[in-house]
Amino acid sequence: MAYDYEKFIRPGKLPHIWCPGCGHGIVMKGLIRAIDACGLKKENTAIVSGIGCASRLPGYMDCCTLHTAHGRAAAFATGVKMSRPEMDVILVGGDGDGTAIGGNHFIHACRRNINMTYIILNNKIYGMTGGQFSPATPTGDKASTTPYGNPDPAFDIAKLAIGAGATFVARGTAFHANQIDKLIAEAIQHKGFSVVEILDDCPTTYGRRNKFKSVIEMMNHLKDIAVPVKAAEKMSPEQLKGKVLTGVLYKEDKPEYCEQYAKVIERAQAAK
Amino acid sequence: MEKKLPTIEIIEKYCKGCHICVEFCPTKVLEMKGFVVSVKNLEACIKCMQCELRCPDFAIKVTP
Ligand SMILES: Cc1ncc(C[n+]2csc(CCOP(=O)(O)OP(=O)(O)O)c2C)c(N)n1
Ligand code: SF4
Ligand code: SF4
Ligand code: SF4
Repeated sequence: MAYDYEKFIRPGKLPHIWCPGCGHGIVMKGLIRAIDACGLKKENTAIVSGIGCASRLPGYMDCCTLHTAHGRAAAFATGVKMSRPEMDVILVGGDGDGTAIGGNHFIHACRRNINMTYIILNNKIYGMTGGQFSPATPTGDKASTTPYGNPDPAFDIAKLAIGAGATFVARGTAFHANQIDKLIAEAIQHKGFSVVEILDDCPTTYGRRNKFKSVIEMMNHLKDIAVPVKAAEKMSPEQLKGKVLTGVLYKEDKPEYCEQYAKVIERAQAAK
Repeated sequence: MEKKLPTIEIIEKYCKGCHICVEFCPTKVLEMKGFVVSVKNLEACIKCMQCELRCPDFAIKVTP
């Protein structure tokens, strides 16, 4: 049978607003398959976002959803999770939302190791506002605000998450559509703060400025640069030049924040 | 025995004509007709589901 995505989509919400060939829709399909595979209940699942094209995603989902302020998904989601620790909380947003204006919230959510899953759709640009460069725009690339090439080095978002203390970090791409649901499902099942970075395409504001002639070229580029972590172990530094690792990059078990906080409450009450 | 052909449903009001399904179909079953995709050669379909998996717009459904 054809996969029934509609059972997780609010009736009457399609077609979505994303441009032709924008990978955000491919990631949304992966998220739906993951939610389905993990057996999450709509009424017990909160999907929280900030602002941007990527952050429009929760609006389509027939779950409990919150579309908040730019860069603040982690703050709102933390509030949801702490008041309702039994809920499954998933954050969704772009590289701009999560690592520029929301960078502070992002690193501290990682540090706390609160049991939530954060999906970052990294298209290397601010899509919604017309293509300004973001902290994920590679050096030399063009954006509306760097017409002569971006002088800044880019964040490696997955490494940033690991450095800040996230206990599950994975990376996929919009080309490797079949892997997206598996990475997200593993992230949901991990107890702690999980980050899944999906390398995505924005043909409208990034592709056309950076010599990609079509959506297909952008998809093939994602295919070419991705190297699964296992395969990378057998490759030399020269062979890995210009490549990005995909798959589960980091996993560790550490005390979870809501549980630690519950113990603080217990101690405080016992001291009364 | 005659082989059972799949059903490929295209939801034209969702399709944005991005070409992804046309390009990544391994047996060239699909083609663009104006701004939306259409089925050109159903017999060649190997039911791999790649088009359905990759479509960013929920616009193509394959029932093998
Ligand atoms: C406080 C505030 N500052 C700036 C904006 C303008 N703004 C809206 S979306 C956006 C960037 C979105 O980029 P990203 O998160 O990478 O998502 P994309 O659109 O690429 O999916 C910006 C700067 C805003 N809405 N609110
Ligand atoms: S502007 Fe870019 S990120 Fe936004 S919907 Fe269009 S292609 Fe997607
Ligand atoms: S199921 Fe596979 S072979 Fe059939 S149309 Fe889709 S991509 Fe082509
Ligand atoms: S991938 Fe989807 S939106 Fe793109 S042309 Fe095919 S059916 Fe249309």
